Amino acid sequence: MAHPSTKQVWDWLDQVPDPEIPVISLVDLGIIRDVAWQGDHLDVTVTPTYSGCPATTQINEDILAGLASHGLTDVTLHRQLSPAWTTDWLSDKGKAALERFGIAPPAPKGTPERCPHCGGQNLEKTSQFGSTPCKALWRCTDCLEPFDYFKCI
Amino acid sequence: MDALFQFLLRMGDNTLVLGHRVSEWCGHSPILEEDIALANTALDMIGQTQLWLGLAGEVEGKGRSADDLAFLRDAWDFRNVLLVELPNGDFGQTMMRQFLFDAWNVTMLGRLMQSSDKRVADIAEKASKEAAYHVERSGDTVVGLGDGTEESHARMQAALDYLWPYVGEMFESDDVDAAMVEAGISPDPASLRGEFDELVGRVLAEATLTIPASPYAHKGGRTGYMHTEHLGHLLATMQWLQRAYPGAKW
Repeated sequence: MAHPSTKQVWDWLDQVPDPEIPVISLVDLGIIRDVAWQGDHLDVTVTPTYSGCPATTQINEDILAGLASHGLTDVTLHRQLSPAWTTDWLSDKGKAALERFGIAPPAPKGTPERCPHCGGQNLEKTSQFGSTPCKALWRCTDCLEPFDYFKCI
Repeated sequence: MDALFQFLLRMGDNTLVLGHRVSEWCGHSPILEEDIALANTALDMIGQTQLWLGLAGEVEGKGRSADDLAFLRDAWDFRNVLLVELPNGDFGQTMMRQFLFDAWNVTMLGRLMQSSDKRVADIAEKASKEAAYHVERSGDTVVGLGDGTEESHARMQAALDYLWPYVGEMFESDDVDAAMVEAGISPDPASLRGEFDELVGRVLAEATLTIPASPYAHKGGRTGYMHTEHLGHLLATMQWLQRAYPGAKW
């Protein structure tokens, strides 16, 4: 039986939203590391963002449900720890979506580049941790709005 | 291999017990941001526990999962250092305990990334990123409170005086460690002391705190010889549900 191409599978996975930050897909997040066919069996390799992230179980279920909706049910998920997930793997599309949503995307210098609300440059850190393990709390002293920063790891 | 199993229990029990301790703050922290930060830190440590104890169960080969090891062992089978089972005390004591553990953990994980056992190296690679973030935060908090007000300084010095006698145990070595060194799996804990002292000395100096002079070290946790009375109380809370309703799930 002919199966869909791996590119097709990647496109389908790109439609599965992150359960915590639904404006980006699991592919945008960079946690899908590999998609490979073994005959008619599909292997999908996933890496966790943070080892204790409570969304991990939900993500696995969402991947399986997403693929099942396209008729793919003979699927095995593999957990891969190394190389460890890094925010460098976030797609440019994902970074732009985060900023539109009001979350400052990770920046190479380790701190947000600008306020996602007003673009202001005068920023201060409120807390090293935010509402999910992957975010920190910041505030813009130009517009005085708080915002989440997707921290760099 | 029993030595590897023991080594993995030591790693996993440290993060399990400290992760549980820190989670006790949930809803009780001085301010909301700290509450969230402590809960996130606890979560990372419980996540690392799943990796360490998951591998421990696999190595043991008796079909025990990470959950079985966490919820169905009693105090005498735990292999965490005494430091992590000590009560939270005030916020300052919690953050001092966290800093002393983080400083050890980040050093240990850095070495374990070179482990001859790829499974251990992979977990260390993952966990070290989180530990680096933890030690940055706990170190900054120790400096902020130590070099803060008269009240906060006094509390941080009292926390250091209370906790310091529990630091030495993290650098103890025994037959298990010798076997791990022999196999290239883990460094001799004693060899981490220099790097630890450098980091801790620098942060505590900046925090204007004085390291107690006595080298005395309480021990018995990582060997399981004798835990403090605090561990039993912690386990009673943590394991209650699985003990009362074996196999309960939601």
